Amino acid sequence: MSAQGVGLVDYDEAVSRFDPVLGLEVHVELNTKTKMFSGAPTEFGAEPNTQVDPTSLGLPGAMPVLNAKALESAIRIGLALNCSIAERCRFARKNYFYPDMPKNFQTSQYDEPIAFDGHLDVDVPASEDGSKPAFTYRVQIERAHMEEDTGKSLHVGGSTGRIHGAEYSLVDYNRAGIPLIEIVTRPLEGTGDRAPDVARAYVAALRDLLRALEVSDVKMEQGSLRCDVNLSLRPSPDAPLGTRSETKNVNSLRSVERAVRYEVSRHAAVLDAGRKVVQETRHWHEDTGLTTAGREKSDAEDYRYFPEPDLVPIEPDPAWVEQLRATLPEPPAQRRKRLQAEWGFSDPEFRDTVNAGAVELVEATVAAGAPPAAARKWWTGELSRRANAEGVELSALAVTPAAVADLQALVDAGTLTDRLAREALDGMLAGEGGAAEVVAARGLAVVSDESALVAAVDAAIAANPGVVEKIRGGKVQAAGALIGAVMKEMGGKADAARVRELVVERVGA
Amino acid sequence: MSAISRAEVEHLARLARIDMTDEELDRMAGQLDAVLDAVAQVASVVTDDVPATSHPVPLTNVTRPDVVRPGLSAEEALAGAPEAEDGRFRVPQILGEEA
Repeated sequence: MSAQGVGLVDYDEAVSRFDPVLGLEVHVELNTKTKMFSGAPTEFGAEPNTQVDPTSLGLPGAMPVLNAKALESAIRIGLALNCSIAERCRFARKNYFYPDMPKNFQTSQYDEPIAFDGHLDVDVPASEDGSKPAFTYRVQIERAHMEEDTGKSLHVGGSTGRIHGAEYSLVDYNRAGIPLIEIVTRPLEGTGDRAPDVARAYVAALRDLLRALEVSDVKMEQGSLRCDVNLSLRPSPDAPLGTRSETKNVNSLRSVERAVRYEVSRHAAVLDAGRKVVQETRHWHEDTGLTTAGREKSDAEDYRYFPEPDLVPIEPDPAWVEQLRATLPEPPAQRRKRLQAEWGFSDPEFRDTVNAGAVELVEATVAAGAPPAAARKWWTGELSRRANAEGVELSALAVTPAAVADLQALVDAGTLTDRLAREALDGMLAGEGGAAEVVAARGLAVVSDESALVAAVDAAIAANPGVVEKIRGGKVQAAGALIGAVMKEMGGKADAARVRELVVERVGA
Repeated sequence: MSAISRAEVEHLARLARIDMTDEELDRMAGQLDAVLDAVAQVASVVTDDVPATSHPVPLTNVTRPDVVRPGLSAEEALAGAPEAEDGRFRVPQILGEEA
């Protein structure tokens, strides 16, 4: 699939001749129990149209009332993004004709956002091969405003799921009315060839910040954090901004990076061919790594905003805003630096922990008494493997940080070997109980009965006279065969180091 | 000068997905013009000391606690739908448009 029929330009070549300018719009679903303007529940994954009420369905006479918690979260997000908070602001109706909003408009904010003029400092990591250095980029935030999510459409007929060729659509309004905050950046200039890295790092930093604020699940794969990527190219940093494309619903950090790269290559090809970039919405395709043209921005974009008469203006009490400011968490970047120092992790060790999404889990495991290095080993090693195998997030595994700390305590006490601990983990993940419970039920504890060990060692010696000869003849490494025999006899539940000691002792005696 | 042109009415009709004939557009443009003229009389009493307002009552900060309230069952929600399928509202095909 080519870009307006002109192919693609190699990314490195494109950024050597053009200056990319990014703009990012992030929609975040708040984790309130109820919708923005009504008391309908907001749980993810419910049966279609079971989390609705007259307001979310836009039934005649239904009146919206603002969710106090959503307003509080919006202000806290604004403050965390170093924004000014509006002294007074209103909601507006965004009118459009599409069945994902049954009332034919979305309640949003237009010229009076709750928060505006902020910034977020983003740590952009060095490239993996180390050829491009790490740096900090200040993302200017234009605004953060409150609005409501839309329903979900399922297109049926033609090739099902695609809008083109669909015969009809089925709509579920469970999501309609869920509180959304839309965070819009100013044009991000001066990123040069690092534009994809800046875009990714910004969304990652925003995700971490929202998670620390505890205002959203921020699960990109479930759509509670969604990113639209605006991109334009210009011949030089002094030139006016070029025409932008808006790529919708880029729903993973890796995709944010890939979509920017793709659009840079595509725009460059269009411009090289002497054609104009069409200002349009494009769709990101995760499977192919391509964008395709969607709706062209035209007069269909005429939303006829006007102030929402059913909702009264918001005038946040400045004293309340200051109280909310006092609830802001330690900024995630600062917190990471502090934790790395406290835990004594090397840069690569800490990066692995961050990349595994395990910082909070390690922190909680350490708080529950585990040594930091052991906590990291569990979460970035064995538990990450299990999460990958099951295709779930690390935090979704059926084991708590406290349970991991308990398990590690058994290892540290010599009750479990690493292998036995992994077996105990099987049981814990299968819901068989806590570490001690599983160890007892499955009989996993290391055999500490010295006489049983001695008996097994003596039996192995008696059964392997040839091996014993070799050891006595000086081939100490032959002891491995005896240790193996003992471990087998003990069902693996012996401390191998202790068995080795006993073998050497009893053979050499 | 009329308050609303025929072209504007045509544009609004397209936005609202209302198919209108030339004759209907002519008639509607005239009628809407009369309505807007009547509303425009408000402008004659505008003074500098009265700010434009969207809300006639001086209320602000009306909110509700974040507490779930009973809503509608899927059956109730779909009761007024012309067509439904699999617990969802069935709507005509949507071509070339995505929100």
